[in-house]
Amino acid sequence: MSWVGSRVKRVEDPALLKGEGRFVDDIHLPGMLLAAVVRSPFAHARIAGIDASAALAIPGVHAVVTHADLPEAFRQPLPLLVPNPAIRYPVMQHVLAKDAVHFVGEAIALVLADDRYIAEDGVDLVVVDYEPLPAASDFRKAAAAGAPAAHAGRADNIAAEFAVGYGEADQAFARAAHIFKEELFQHRGAAHPMECRAMLAHQDTLTGTLTIWANTQAPHQLRDVYCRMTGAADDRVRVIAPNTGGGFGSKVQTYPEHIATAAAALLTKLPVKYIEDRREHFLSTHQERDQLWTVEIAVDGDGKVLGVRGSLMHDSGAYLPWGVITPFISATTMPGPYVIPAYRMKVTCVFTNKVATTPVRGAGRPQAAFAMERLMDRVARELGLDPAEVRRRNYVPADRMPYAVGLTFRDGSPVVYDSGDYPACQQLALDRAGYDGFRAEQASVRAEGRYLGIGIGSYIEGTGLGPFEGATVQVTPGGQILARVGSSDQGQGHRTMFAQIVADRLGVGPDKVTVTVGDSGGVAYGIGTFASRVAVNAGSSAHVAAGKVREKAIKIASHLLEAAEEDLDLGDGRVFVKGVPAVGKTLGEIAAFANGMPGFSMPAGITVGLEDTSYFTPQRSTYANGCHVAVVEVDVETGGVKILRYVTAHDCGTIINTMMVEGQVAGGVVHGIGNALFEWMRYDDDGQPLTVNFGEYLLPLATETPCIEQAHMQTPTPLNPLGVKGAGEGGTIPAAAAIAGAIDDALRPFGVKITQVPVTPEYLLDLIHKKS
Amino acid sequence: MKPPAFSYHRPHTVAETLELLATLEDAKLLAGGQSLMPMMNFRYVMPANVIDINRIADLAGIEERGDALAIGAMTRQRDLELSPVVQRCCPLLHEALLNVGHVQTRNRGTIGGSLAHLDPAAELPAVLHAHDATLHLRGRRGDRAVAMAEWSQGFMTPNLAPDELLAAITIPLWPTGHGYGFAEFTRRHGDFAMAGTAALLALDAQGKVERVALAVTGVDTGPVRLSDAEAMLLGKAPEDALIAAAAETAAISVPGLDDVHGSKEYRRKLAAVMTKRALLAARARARSEEAAHG
Repeated sequence: MSWVGSRVKRVEDPALLKGEGRFVDDIHLPGMLLAAVVRSPFAHARIAGIDASAALAIPGVHAVVTHADLPEAFRQPLPLLVPNPAIRYPVMQHVLAKDAVHFVGEAIALVLADDRYIAEDGVDLVVVDYEPLPAASDFRKAAAAGAPAAHAGRADNIAAEFAVGYGEADQAFARAAHIFKEELFQHRGAAHPMECRAMLAHQDTLTGTLTIWANTQAPHQLRDVYCRMTGAADDRVRVIAPNTGGGFGSKVQTYPEHIATAAAALLTKLPVKYIEDRREHFLSTHQERDQLWTVEIAVDGDGKVLGVRGSLMHDSGAYLPWGVITPFISATTMPGPYVIPAYRMKVTCVFTNKVATTPVRGAGRPQAAFAMERLMDRVARELGLDPAEVRRRNYVPADRMPYAVGLTFRDGSPVVYDSGDYPACQQLALDRAGYDGFRAEQASVRAEGRYLGIGIGSYIEGTGLGPFEGATVQVTPGGQILARVGSSDQGQGHRTMFAQIVADRLGVGPDKVTVTVGDSGGVAYGIGTFASRVAVNAGSSAHVAAGKVREKAIKIASHLLEAAEEDLDLGDGRVFVKGVPAVGKTLGEIAAFANGMPGFSMPAGITVGLEDTSYFTPQRSTYANGCHVAVVEVDVETGGVKILRYVTAHDCGTIINTMMVEGQVAGGVVHGIGNALFEWMRYDDDGQPLTVNFGEYLLPLATETPCIEQAHMQTPTPLNPLGVKGAGEGGTIPAAAAIAGAIDDALRPFGVKITQVPVTPEYLLDLIHKKS
Repeated sequence: MKPPAFSYHRPHTVAETLELLATLEDAKLLAGGQSLMPMMNFRYVMPANVIDINRIADLAGIEERGDALAIGAMTRQRDLELSPVVQRCCPLLHEALLNVGHVQTRNRGTIGGSLAHLDPAAELPAVLHAHDATLHLRGRRGDRAVAMAEWSQGFMTPNLAPDELLAAITIPLWPTGHGYGFAEFTRRHGDFAMAGTAALLALDAQGKVERVALAVTGVDTGPVRLSDAEAMLLGKAPEDALIAAAAETAAISVPGLDDVHGSKEYRRKLAAVMTKRALLAARARARSEEAAHG
């Protein structure tokens, strides 16, 4: 049997369920100081001076670290890791604010104390002399000429401009039977993992090695940024990501606080821990926030798309830590699962005095799906067609795979949909949802004064972005099978997944494979956990490395057993002679041989150690796809929306563990529900955040979440040996589109058309009243 | 989100508590802690002294006393919700409690804590206002009884002096078989109400409104009685049109509140809708009782 594809229980769960997980905050080192951060209360201000004397006078406060107190190497902005020629001003945040602050929550100083309580007392007593400056808040206003500059001295707030596209869009529009235009305001909130950011830095005085425990999605990147800034050698810095309570994109970036905490540990020669609290998370952990889409679609008389064009404005926030990646993904995802003969999208990124935006689960794709699906619904409405039918007429047919869209993706490679059957996937979702029978139900409850509606959201997702991820598989003389993978796990169950993959190759159960993830000391190079890329990249690496170990085990056994390799097989942790299972060697015995005997030469052709390290490098992204169907009920007296049913059909290629994929999809949908109905990070005109706790910023609760009914398709990709595509973000991507479509459908008697997410009840009631 | 240092006191008797309240500067009572502790963690409130009254045995309890229900201030919301006595003789309170936070918060949260905290969107103050409840305060300077109508003195400001303790609440009961309804609109289940209405209704033998009480929450600094709507209904047959018209007065007789979840105009609309729904529920229950006994 194969472990890949089995519903293997997660190896992570027993410890987590018993409270035996080890998160950063569970690590206590002798002499450790706790940090609290002095953060800007202004969206934009000059810093005229800082007086820490009152804070330093508090018993238990050891130090206050400001920009001026940092060692020279730390007195610089963080590097821009993903440059792009479209960026006009590559402005990056300093480790600690130098002489100005550009968003509420920007880190100015670290107070180091015996405990966090005292540290916070100290924060309250650090006196910062601010000279407030006008702030750029709403990105639509900030983009206009004469708006207050987000960064003093800049002529405007345009951070970057670029266009993507192919074909002759204007010609397509010139000959179209119909042209429909929409202006869509889209807000995506923050990631809000259960565990906020956490880090602990300690320089070992004996070895000089700096160890940073951080709940990062990219331990190697954190190490590399630190080394790049400080000139430290890679092997003197080790980043370990222990158990982590969710990330959803927010923990990919190397943050100023990471570097500041490390600097504080060097300055004090003591371990320094910083645990972000939720209020700080609202202020200073990256979000996605606002996009404004002005888009047009050209169709023929049958609703076949001739072209799409428009412009997209993106709120970048005050800095560009991840360049223009998010809007770039948005713009290149817009064509979605459809044949769009011509496409052009102009993108403008706008600086505002708000925390930076970087990808959150879906990474700009939910907005693209929302824009495209809103247009599809508009076409259906205007031409009197069923929304499912309009999509069906425009899907890329299965026989055109692989399908080159004509765009270049963020990794510089062409956007090519490698595999999948989009019409079949839609049909699966429709069947599961009982789409054809819905109209009768809708009519019957409408007679009771209830408004039910059904909506569809289709999507594609470029997953498994390169360049690589590494895995080492090793068998010890004691017979233990170890797998070390560089990428870190935030609760997805990566260790289970790798164990399944390795187990298949080595003929053992997954319980026999011990997996370590998220340690820069375990694998030399690494990229990180994002872009639904770990199964594709690291999974393939584990598969390849375990395969090499298997080959080597057979080769050594062939030497030891004096049998031809083709006469040997591997199973149950042993290599044995086919048909004579009693004659064989255990993997441990083979490893012991491979580890050599003192003074004895290795036999010819046999290299040292029963292990292999592999870095799988995908040629380009592999495209997952799916279709969601939502059924909602709208309370037309309050504007309240209740999701009655939610059905997903998706294709992430080979499924490694169905339970974990289902968990990913369900969790993704819940993020999408938040996006569609609840989550909204609001700011006033001065850039002051208005939603800084979970009473103000609403996440969906279990009571707002229906059972997520899931159907799976498996079209393996040819782009990696496992045939896998990413599964982590697809649940989120079409959710807001499907829910908006369902709301429109429910409110057809009122002629309501949703052009904004989240759909708040007040917004919806206004639409109902305006139309009725 | 850690509070600054404070002194913690844990009295075991009411007398001890009153002594502490009278002598300590800047003291806060800790009941269920579901609001106070987060507020202290946020440093929104930074009391020098916290007096934990969770160990005072005689502050909790539910007792039917003739035509009133006496409830100790430290009675947990969850205990009230599960109380057969409350379900039988004060079903409006039971129904409203299902909307108060979540099971986990109701396990700790107390009725007295909710009243003393007086969040403008809390459910319990509206229920008690509809019921014309009386709040019993203890203090070294003397005990007081405050009518619920006099309880709110402004935004999160109860009629409670710094040296006083809210000890108990008495709720005058409505006749057996009265109609009741609680309707609220929240963004999510368990959130504070954007608007919510508690309705009590008694019909006479002809099916006309003999007695009615309507209180709205979430639309002013404290719970609001809808006296105009009550007057419109009294003595009349509560037909749909009359209920709708009475409910509409809610939209003009409350000021509304503005926040990130909605404007005051929106909340006023919701107040009318929730009043209508609470009244419809109350009418259905009153009529079904009538049918059962008539």
